[in-house]
Amino acid sequence: MTDPVPYDQLLSILVRDEPRVLTRITALFGRRGYNIKSLSVGNTEHPGVSRMTIVVHGDRGVVEQAIRQLEKLHDVVKIIDHSLEKYVDRELVLVKVAITPESRVEVRQIAEDFRSRIVDVGRHALTFEVTGDEGKLTAFIEQMRPFGILETMRTGRIALTRGSNADIASHIYHEGESEALRPVVEGLEAREERARGVPNLF
Amino acid sequence: MGQADGQDQQGKDLSRGEMTGAKALWATLANHGISTVFGYPGGAIMPVYDALTYYPEVRHVLGRHEQGSIHAAEGWAKATGEIGVCIATSGPGATNLVTGLADAMMDSVPLLAITGNVARHLMGTDAFQEADITGITLPVTKHNYVVRDVEELPQIIAEAIRIARTGRPGPVLVDIPKDVQMAPYAGEIPTPHARPEIPAPSDESIQRALELLKSAKKPVIMAGGGSLDSSTEITALARAWDIPVITTLMGLGAFPASDPLWLGMPGMHGSVAANRAISEADVLLGIGLRFDDRVTGRVNGFAPNAAIIHIELDAAEIGKIIRTHVPVRGDAKVAAAKLTENAVKGVWPEWTAQITEWKGRNETPDHWGAGYAVKAVVDRLTPDDILSSDVGQHQMLCAQLARFEKPRRWLNSGGLGTMGFGFPAAIGAGMAEPDVRSIVIAGDGGFQMTAQELATLKMYDIRNVKICIINNSYLGMVRQWQEMFHGKRYSEVWLGDSNPDFLKLADAYDVPGYRASSIEELPGAIDAWLNDPKSALLEVVVPHEHGVFPMVPAGAALYEMIESDPKRAAQLKEQLADAPMNTASIEEIAEEARNA
Repeated sequence: MTDPVPYDQLLSILVRDEPRVLTRITALFGRRGYNIKSLSVGNTEHPGVSRMTIVVHGDRGVVEQAIRQLEKLHDVVKIIDHSLEKYVDRELVLVKVAITPESRVEVRQIAEDFRSRIVDVGRHALTFEVTGDEGKLTAFIEQMRPFGILETMRTGRIALTRGSNADIASHIYHEGESEALRPVVEGLEAREERARGVPNLF
Repeated sequence: MGQADGQDQQGKDLSRGEMTGAKALWATLANHGISTVFGYPGGAIMPVYDALTYYPEVRHVLGRHEQGSIHAAEGWAKATGEIGVCIATSGPGATNLVTGLADAMMDSVPLLAITGNVARHLMGTDAFQEADITGITLPVTKHNYVVRDVEELPQIIAEAIRIARTGRPGPVLVDIPKDVQMAPYAGEIPTPHARPEIPAPSDESIQRALELLKSAKKPVIMAGGGSLDSSTEITALARAWDIPVITTLMGLGAFPASDPLWLGMPGMHGSVAANRAISEADVLLGIGLRFDDRVTGRVNGFAPNAAIIHIELDAAEIGKIIRTHVPVRGDAKVAAAKLTENAVKGVWPEWTAQITEWKGRNETPDHWGAGYAVKAVVDRLTPDDILSSDVGQHQMLCAQLARFEKPRRWLNSGGLGTMGFGFPAAIGAGMAEPDVRSIVIAGDGGFQMTAQELATLKMYDIRNVKICIINNSYLGMVRQWQEMFHGKRYSEVWLGDSNPDFLKLADAYDVPGYRASSIEELPGAIDAWLNDPKSALLEVVVPHEHGVFPMVPAGAALYEMIESDPKRAAQLKEQLADAPMNTASIEEIAEEARNA
């Protein structure tokens, strides 16, 4: 059966760019009691399609249930469960760190070690932009904490499946062919076309 | 050809004047074969009601409250399996639909709700009678729309109808701002979308199900609301394998009650045979159901010995509540037919004998009370009659005592448990099938929630709706719980001193009324009520305190059911013998009462 231990799982959801689509998804999570840890949304290469990455905290059963409930939403085009294929994920964080004349050099040195960029320079604070996976960002913030963090903002994790999956026998990850080198979505047909053809299996 | 006969060269109908969004709405509904809609007009939907006068091919049924209208549309849909349509205005009209939408969502009823809204430039300004109805109904609809451009309106209606009735059906709401209704429309009127094929289950899953069934010694089939359209196939399946069938509250009628394989309804007020069979079975074949908590009882005590096969269209229902050993996702019709093809006639004499013994434990009401009254009424039903019920004790009694031979003859609010559902649903069903008797059994509490729809009976001179009110002067089901689980502290359940005279109430709407208060009066009153050429009301006055049994208390497993009324058993015991009551357990009392 499913692993009862809760952990963070990544889902990418491609949705039609219709009014309230974000509400539909978050409301579904809310009313069924699924826990969203982070969520980020943006446009895609296809007009009319947005993509979101959601980090769901829960055991495998909860996440599978969430996926099936999401699939029933009319505006959801596709759901990618990143636990089934290799993926890359990134998160960006802006961190504003308090500095004094004494600490200035050390703060900059740590930032350099993390290959972080300075995006704003002030007499009493420096703002850094750090990109990476969750571990790196957490480490960065922990390193800066003793100097005094004034504010931070994280984008939430975003993810894509690895193109290099094509080299790896896909059955290692799941049954069926690898989806990695196929366009995730072919674009949206006109409203009447999609209404005719798409079986809406609630 | 010319404009003289109302058509121009393109075949466009000029007699209806210039095409607008509102007219396109009616034309689209008519194109989809929708003959009847239920609704209630108001400010923001007036262009639609104006356009209605140009479309006599669609009949509009005026209710007396939007909730009545939407339940009538549900009754229409549940009886026919076709989509029900309901119209309301913005704001309060729209919010009055919410209960019906939630009800349709829970019971998977194909429903199209159309609401007016304020003009687009007023939306979001807290305009008069403005409500964010798409926001409000988001969790209780399968999908909903705001039409922001008249060019999209007919397509959205066509799409909404398709969504509502495809796959697992459900309600769809389309909100149309008033200026969109009035805007001129030049486009085409869409024809119905072809219904996409329901995917067939995979051969592998069927194979696994077959293997499991072949290994069974004590199999049982459990059919839910999703199996109503595959009733023929499921009946063939059960008979070919000789497997007993349980039908859930929503699935009653999916398997003929006259068949000896039928065990009745499972769950909180299920039959002894159904609940015991689930608890003992080694293979449980679930078809089109979602293992509702009222069906399963305590989940870890549900079918503790069984491997579970679950045939279901909605993937989200598989494994949601109960661990499924063999999921079969797809059309129940195809799945049942495939499992029938390779059937092996069962040889399980001990299982059959055991089930016969359990079936013998089902009690028939033999003394005056709600159960007796319900039995007397449902015994008079023909297989074609439609029986609706409201929600409460009488609903469970109907489900226990009525014998349905075919699907879609039993309408009730199963998932949401909506009081006030029964009567308007019976009107909707009665209008869908005017040649069939549409009988509703309701409680004195629930009937008063939508009693205003008596006016609908009068207005349309509906003659086939027969209302039976089981009047125990209490909110009976709540009272039963208060008696059993809240130390008899009866809190706000007594209606007796303030109930209306139901016969006078009916008379006020020119609906004939009949009353029975005893075993002796009942047969005559039922005769007069059913033989009345008009729709009529029968009030059956029954004792105040009467429980529904068998019962599985909340939180208990199905095998922990209380099989018969402990009070009644105690009464019988007192009449019978002298042993002090409190030394015997409920089970022993029940056992003794049965043997007596």
